[in-house]
Amino acid sequence: MNTEALKDLLYRLADDQLILGHRNSEWNGLGPILEEDIAFSSMAQDKLGHSLQLYTLLHQLGEAEPDTVAFTRNAPQFHCTQLVELPIGEYDFSLIRHFLFDHAEILRFEALSHSHYEPLAQVARKLKGELKYHILHANTWIKQLGSSTEEAIERLQNSLNYTLPYALGLFEKTAAEDEIIAAGIFVGEDEIKTRWQENITKILRQTALELPDAATLTPVYGGRTGEHTEHLQPLLDEMAEVFRVDPTAEW
Amino acid sequence: MDKATILTWLEAVKDPEIPVLSLVDLGVIRDVVISETGRVTVKMTPTFSGCPAMDYMQRDVVQTLQAHGIADVTTEMSFEEPWDTNMVSEKGREALKNFGLAPPPAYQGILDLDILEYAQCPHCNSHDTELRTPFGATLCRSMHYCNNCRQLFEQFKPV
Repeated sequence: MNTEALKDLLYRLADDQLILGHRNSEWNGLGPILEEDIAFSSMAQDKLGHSLQLYTLLHQLGEAEPDTVAFTRNAPQFHCTQLVELPIGEYDFSLIRHFLFDHAEILRFEALSHSHYEPLAQVARKLKGELKYHILHANTWIKQLGSSTEEAIERLQNSLNYTLPYALGLFEKTAAEDEIIAAGIFVGEDEIKTRWQENITKILRQTALELPDAATLTPVYGGRTGEHTEHLQPLLDEMAEVFRVDPTAEW
Repeated sequence: MDKATILTWLEAVKDPEIPVLSLVDLGVIRDVVISETGRVTVKMTPTFSGCPAMDYMQRDVVQTLQAHGIADVTTEMSFEEPWDTNMVSEKGREALKNFGLAPPPAYQGILDLDILEYAQCPHCNSHDTELRTPFGATLCRSMHYCNNCRQLFEQFKPV
């Protein structure tokens, strides 16, 4: 097995967690109701924990310490999708992003819990249990708001239409794809995408929302190879501010 | 010095966020290994992967054993045997309930959504409760409402 292909997969997983974790944390103090403030903050904490476990696996494969990896790279070195770096916007957008992202994420970690790379399988078994609560949270609100007032439905529908091409970018394949599938490390993006479409369709059918036909959309690719929106670098600058002033600071 | 004695000493180390629950009863201490040279390794597994209390727990384990005269002691974090709430002991469940936190329901096989939403009120024991939000004051807690005694309560959430 080529370690570079494995590292590529781990960076994609870890960077998505770190960046969306940071974005979720921006709801701290701003949530539309106290419970949502706590929910997004808790999910942020989970996602940062997930990224730490994945960066630790990378460290075991010879990469730098997790903090160094998280705080010293610039945007072109990040492998996250553009979906996760978009600003939090209004609550409807953040909810739709959370719904689309976490449904893909839980399938990814379920599949990875059978990975032939045992250290990753162990971490995946742990994370998928925690992700159930993210799914429960997303489904509850999508079902509730997606069949409530005209304004709620219209806002969610607009966000869904806007976000879906970015969400399809989650399944962007890299040059490592064939190799990680052949080595039994991961089932591959196509497989996850098919299951994801089934799962989100099941939930959306219980609402007044309509899932746009993915076949007619152009997925937003590029994130996996370091092409990012103008929103990522300011996020990194803010996240790493303390570390860049004093790498030994504890807080 | 043997494993059983060390485990008894470790009963004194409590979860920093739930000070009535020992780490042994919480289930995060998976094993204690004593080498031929007398080095003690406490094998631990995290509750939640983002739990900020894990660093404190490791530090408390080391300090407690050092206070008992064990100079050479380390902790080892591993996901080999991942933690789930079925690992919380009976004694631990009782301690949680007395603390006012509904203990996590034991489950078999796959943890489905019905179990996530279920909680028994720790105040009046009613089953007529509803999940208010799966997230609470710490990563390991969810918030529920009891329709019987009309109290909001927290549950140590099952994972």
